[in-house]
Amino acid sequence: MSLSHQDVARIARLSRIAVTDAEIDAVNRQLNSILGLIEQMQAVNTDGIEPMAHPQDVSLRLREDVVTEPNRREACQAVAPQVEKGLFLVPKVIE
Amino acid sequence: MKWEVVIGLEVHVQLNTVSKIFSGASTAFGAEPNTQASLVELALPGVLPVLNKAVVDKAIRLGLALDATINQKNVFARKNYFYPDLPKGYQISQMELPIVEHGKLNILVGDEEKTVRVTRAHMEEDAGKSLHEDFHGMTGIDLNRAGTPLLEVVSEPDMRSAEEAVAYAKALHTLVTWLGICDGNMQEGSFRVDANVSVRPFGQAEFGTRREVKNLNSFRFLEQAIKYEAQWQIETIEDGGKVQQATVLFDPDSGETRMMRSKEDAHDYRYFPDPDLLPVRISDEQIARVRGEMPELPAQMKARFVDAFGVTPYDAAVLTGSRALAGYFEAMATASAQGKLAANWLIGDVAARLNREGKDIAELPIDAERLSGLLVRIADGTLSNKLAKQVFDAMWDSGLSADVIIERDGLKQVSDVGAIEKMVEEVLAANPKAVEEFRAGKEKALNALAGQVMKASKGKANPAQVQEILKQKLA
Amino acid sequence: MIHATLKQLSQQLADKQVSAVELATEYLQRIDALNPQLNAFITVDRDKTLLEAAAADARRAAGTAGLLTGAPIAHKDIFCQQGWKTSCGSKMLDNFISPYDAHVIEQCRAAGLVTLGRANMDEFAMGSSNENSYYGAVKNPWDLNAIPGGSSGGSAAAVAARLAPVATATDTGGSIRQPASHCGVTGIKPTYGVVSRFGMVAYASSLDQGGVMAQTAEDCALMLNVIAGFDERDSTSLERAREDYSRDLAQPLAGLRVGLPREYFAEGLAADVGRIIDNAVSELKKLGAEVVEVSLPNTQLSIPAYYVIAPAEASANLSRFDGVRYGHRASEYKDLVDMYEKTRAEGFGSEVKRRIMVGTYVLSHGYYDAYYIKAQKIRRLIADDFKAAFAGCDVILGPVAPTAAFNLGEKSGDPVQMYLSDIYTLSVNLAGLPAMSVPAGFADNGRPVGLQIIGNYFGEAKMLNVAHQFQQVTDWHRKAPAL
Repeated sequence: MSLSHQDVARIARLSRIAVTDAEIDAVNRQLNSILGLIEQMQAVNTDGIEPMAHPQDVSLRLREDVVTEPNRREACQAVAPQVEKGLFLVPKVIE
Repeated sequence: MKWEVVIGLEVHVQLNTVSKIFSGASTAFGAEPNTQASLVELALPGVLPVLNKAVVDKAIRLGLALDATINQKNVFARKNYFYPDLPKGYQISQMELPIVEHGKLNILVGDEEKTVRVTRAHMEEDAGKSLHEDFHGMTGIDLNRAGTPLLEVVSEPDMRSAEEAVAYAKALHTLVTWLGICDGNMQEGSFRVDANVSVRPFGQAEFGTRREVKNLNSFRFLEQAIKYEAQWQIETIEDGGKVQQATVLFDPDSGETRMMRSKEDAHDYRYFPDPDLLPVRISDEQIARVRGEMPELPAQMKARFVDAFGVTPYDAAVLTGSRALAGYFEAMATASAQGKLAANWLIGDVAARLNREGKDIAELPIDAERLSGLLVRIADGTLSNKLAKQVFDAMWDSGLSADVIIERDGLKQVSDVGAIEKMVEEVLAANPKAVEEFRAGKEKALNALAGQVMKASKGKANPAQVQEILKQKLA
Repeated sequence: MIHATLKQLSQQLADKQVSAVELATEYLQRIDALNPQLNAFITVDRDKTLLEAAAADARRAAGTAGLLTGAPIAHKDIFCQQGWKTSCGSKMLDNFISPYDAHVIEQCRAAGLVTLGRANMDEFAMGSSNENSYYGAVKNPWDLNAIPGGSSGGSAAAVAARLAPVATATDTGGSIRQPASHCGVTGIKPTYGVVSRFGMVAYASSLDQGGVMAQTAEDCALMLNVIAGFDERDSTSLERAREDYSRDLAQPLAGLRVGLPREYFAEGLAADVGRIIDNAVSELKKLGAEVVEVSLPNTQLSIPAYYVIAPAEASANLSRFDGVRYGHRASEYKDLVDMYEKTRAEGFGSEVKRRIMVGTYVLSHGYYDAYYIKAQKIRRLIADDFKAAFAGCDVILGPVAPTAAFNLGEKSGDPVQMYLSDIYTLSVNLAGLPAMSVPAGFADNGRPVGLQIIGNYFGEAKMLNVAHQFQQVTDWHRKAPAL
């Protein structure tokens, strides 16, 4: 499995990471070498094995439906890039 | 060519928990922007989700009500996409193992009952809101709604008309409010409908290419949007075009649908099990507990109303349109022992006055027991229907009981044969022309005479008796 | 005093031989003197530290102090700490002052530990050399040309150079054990779920686990007593009774069954490292341990499985860094998508971007089963290998890394070469087991080498017992670099 420049551009776009024309060769090469490493898995037969998503086989704990979080807008928005009237501002969203 | 419209609905039901699905932030509607966005909703580095138990219970409720399978192991997954109102860059949802699958919901279209299959219902978190008012050409993001619990209820493409789709949406709306899991407020977005619409030539087995219509926040818009969209697809195909799979937005102002620009990217949501959340396991005991806490369902209640109170299936369906109405009916029918009369009154005069005053059944100023007193007086012949209406209005306005009003206003129906005979004789004497016409075979003349007698009695004479005595005297 | 262990410092504090302010001042001076060459700390804030120290002294005076109140600590820059910059080694969070405390930080504050500063690390904990920090590489105190290991390289270098007696750290694929080994300090990564991940900036959620580094196993036990424990804000935190991790330290090792996985001593292990591990095993035998050979046949597969699972989880975990609510935002952009793409291209370093893209790819449509599900199946095979091995032994011993610390710049151009050096540490994270690195000697080039001790689930006290007994008969852990 070898990625093309086009594949890399698609992955970069999905990842929302700009990759410049100057970078794409190196990125492409490195991703291909990592995928080459990953390919080793395909040599193993894993039929019938249940995928393991978590180290511990336990069930989800649930919390009671109570309000416990106070309003901390001021503290949280102190680190925000751009705020106005309590809203986070972003470049115009077009639906 | 004749075309068939095929519709499946995806409904986002906001659950009425007090706290969010994954944090202890409040879900109250209408707060100042971002004052109900806790660290978890803001997706600060290092914060983690913890599932609200009430969300699971409410999902089980709906699953049981839809006669569905409750998956006793279900799994949260991350749905990845970038959007400013989605702070983590992924939505926590359920993909491969949703909590509810294989349900069904019966709908009534006209007189015809139809079963719509519910594919699945899964738990997920709501996104925040983007406010497009002009902030120097920027968009403002309010994350108060982010993390509000949702059940996304997905139907099979079982509906064949806008009317059926509306009937399904209404039935689901009734059910979720009935179950007490959603406030049903469509203006505030508590019940949001997306419609997957496609068309195909009648008789064709394969489905056509579908387009998903978003942003349908009223039943009226749902109907308009489906009709517009189906017509658009038919015209597109008939003009030699092809329908492309797409997400479109319904614009209530123009009544049209249009492509969403932000969704032009081919979607690749990269779902995978959320490693921050373990599988949800639901015990038999939890299901039994939820079942025990559930109210009687509309379908069961409907059948019981037909059975116990002798109302028609149609009336029973109307009466089970909301839990409040059904409860009122049952109390009234039981207290008065007049099921059919209670149904007629609730669907007729009571509904009319509520409608006129813009009120809901919960705001009816007369309680069921008091109103049943009116029915008793109709049933025992004390009140004619006409007088009963008068008494009803007086009860509404004064808050007094039927008996007190009847007494006070002297509205008791006159059933004294002698008194009625006297009035009949006077009317016959005063209307020789009508008498002649009747005898000449003009049946209508009898009604005119009866009307005169009723008028003479100031509406209090028993109408059946009046008819009977008139016929005797004219024979 | 600088060479004192945490245990010794706590005794001195209790005996009023030294105050918390005096201790903090002494360490801060040493940091001032040595950090410019080592780069072990990203943030040092003398005023904040002294304020915490004064509060600790007040607790000592008021009689409300705990065992460790007043002892200094360095925190890996991955733990959110209110009022402190929490950068996670990234430009993305260079301006992020955390508005809240991680559970680990809360526990340390409650114990009265005094924050000396925030330790450098590979960006978002991705790396094995600490060369991936936005704030520059950390130098190995034993040899300034060597890497300190990663990702908790700052924590390891700080403890090794005696800039802090203990440090918090995290381990996703070896990030505690490997730098501990390379810097000659003792480090422990507990069983997954023992230390809350709340407030620990996530790299790979199903693998990340917080832990500590110190000079001795005994100090690690004391620190684990502070930071371990159930936290309802982390759904993967395990509800278990509190334990005293130091309870078994003094137990004799007679009858202990030590498993040596043959795959950990196969081709690829440097001869000098192999010799050091052999010697360590001999010491344990002298203490009465019995050696059994075990097999972990899928060890080699841990590398591809890890480099699918970790990047996949990371690709989603790092999506929140979008320039909207906190952190870096590009200064120029033409629209929303451009803002995202530039912000993330500028804010993340190249290794982080690589892993995000690998993760995005393996989860993308059409590849999910071939990569992600496959990796999870292999993950189960690896966990099952350990299950089988632990049927015949109490702890598993082996090397931490194939070689002693390599040179700065040696592998930074070739990510795959770097990944291959994680061979002995990744399996433990995939299985969720606890493991340690304990100083065991020096390689031919004079750089430290650690012995890895892998425990069964919740076997922390047993591992610490083995490590402590080993440290009673060896002095590798007492050696400090000349600086």
